[in-house]
Amino acid sequence: MADAPRDIERLIELMARLPGLGPRSARRAVLHMLKKREAVMAPLAQALAQVALSAKDCSICGNISTSDPCPICTDPRRATGEICVVETVSDLWAMERGQSYRGRYHVLGGTLSALDAVGPDDLRIPALIDRVGKEGTTEVILALNATVDGATTAHYIADALDPTGVTVTSLAQGVPIGGELDYLDDGTIGAALKARRRV
Amino acid sequence: MEWRDQGALLSVRRHGESAAIIEVFTAAHGRHAGVVRGGASRRIAPLLQPGAQLDVSWHARLDEHLGAFTVEPLQSRAGVLSDRLALAGLNAICALLARALPEREPHPALYAATIPLLDRLERGGWEWDYLRWELRLLEELGFGLDLEACALTGAREGLAYVSPRTGRAVGQAAAGDWADRLLILPAGLIGGAEEVEGLGQGLRLTGHFLDRELTNGGDRPLPEARARLVMLLLRP
Repeated sequence: MADAPRDIERLIELMARLPGLGPRSARRAVLHMLKKREAVMAPLAQALAQVALSAKDCSICGNISTSDPCPICTDPRRATGEICVVETVSDLWAMERGQSYRGRYHVLGGTLSALDAVGPDDLRIPALIDRVGKEGTTEVILALNATVDGATTAHYIADALDPTGVTVTSLAQGVPIGGELDYLDDGTIGAALKARRRV
Repeated sequence: MEWRDQGALLSVRRHGESAAIIEVFTAAHGRHAGVVRGGASRRIAPLLQPGAQLDVSWHARLDEHLGAFTVEPLQSRAGVLSDRLALAGLNAICALLARALPEREPHPALYAATIPLLDRLERGGWEWDYLRWELRLLEELGFGLDLEACALTGAREGLAYVSPRTGRAVGQAAAGDWADRLLILPAGLIGGAEEVEGLGQGLRLTGHFLDRELTNGGDRPLPEARARLVMLLLRP
């Protein structure tokens, strides 16, 4: 197979670095864009250039947006007394897709990890404690992953917030919607049983 | 090269987009690492949580290769996630094993002491068992403490201290003016009452030797997970 010209090769190389894409799938994607230059490639290039210039990290919650503070932090309709703590921006976006939560967020930027030497100061935990004190928060909802590192981080945050007197809650754990008991691991079944409720 | 064994998962690191590199502590093969293909997938990642008991098959073309694991879950130990003390215990055990044990060196006695301790975490009342497990860990690493008799008089009664240099017990009477330079030997470690104050003294004792033997002159401090466990255990 003949090599593509240098600029196109470079585009393929850059695309191949994206998550979920390898050299072959990057080549397919680039070929698709080249075939649909007007409809796909030009608008994509324009959008990429625009977002590269305008994307900002929200100085309050850590969300990625095009303004600082982000639209969630500046939305007056959102409850100011609740902060939902998430690990990453993708978790924040997942919560927003659910449209069930109408409070504000705080992105930690990861979880505590003894193995990777990630400590509280490497995350946005001091900023969270600061926010809780300043914003008159009444409840902090810990929406962290149900993993050993996620749970360790949740317990650490709960301990750190204890002196502030704020209510600290966490998401429930158990049977997912559409889940079948036969396919669940024993830990999830145990957690679901602990969190059972009256029907 | 191929073997099959059961063991406790110590650590997981993502490897590329879909794989994970795990470390497992087994009876016959000690701390052993390997790649789990698909280990970052939605199906397998939830099973690969530190502390989980796994049935593992390891294979590689050459013994010195990292090799690949195929894993089957036996017991998740996820019940500790909701209990901060038990979770801190699990983190400390996994972090110390991952840190202290040389790779691929079997420690069947330590394995036999570790698995029941991991199982007890959810039930509570394991604090002194943890302290004795740290003593066992030191022993397995070749730094065992001699708590049988006084280093000075040979007496087996009235032991109250441990020399921070030699790790040998010292009797109350024999310590004399040196007492304040010695580490306190809690009665709970020599058949006496298991009290909270003694637990703190015991953790300081094992902490001193773990620190001395594992930190390589301060280059690599002891895992933060142990410090958090000690803090939680001694919190009023």
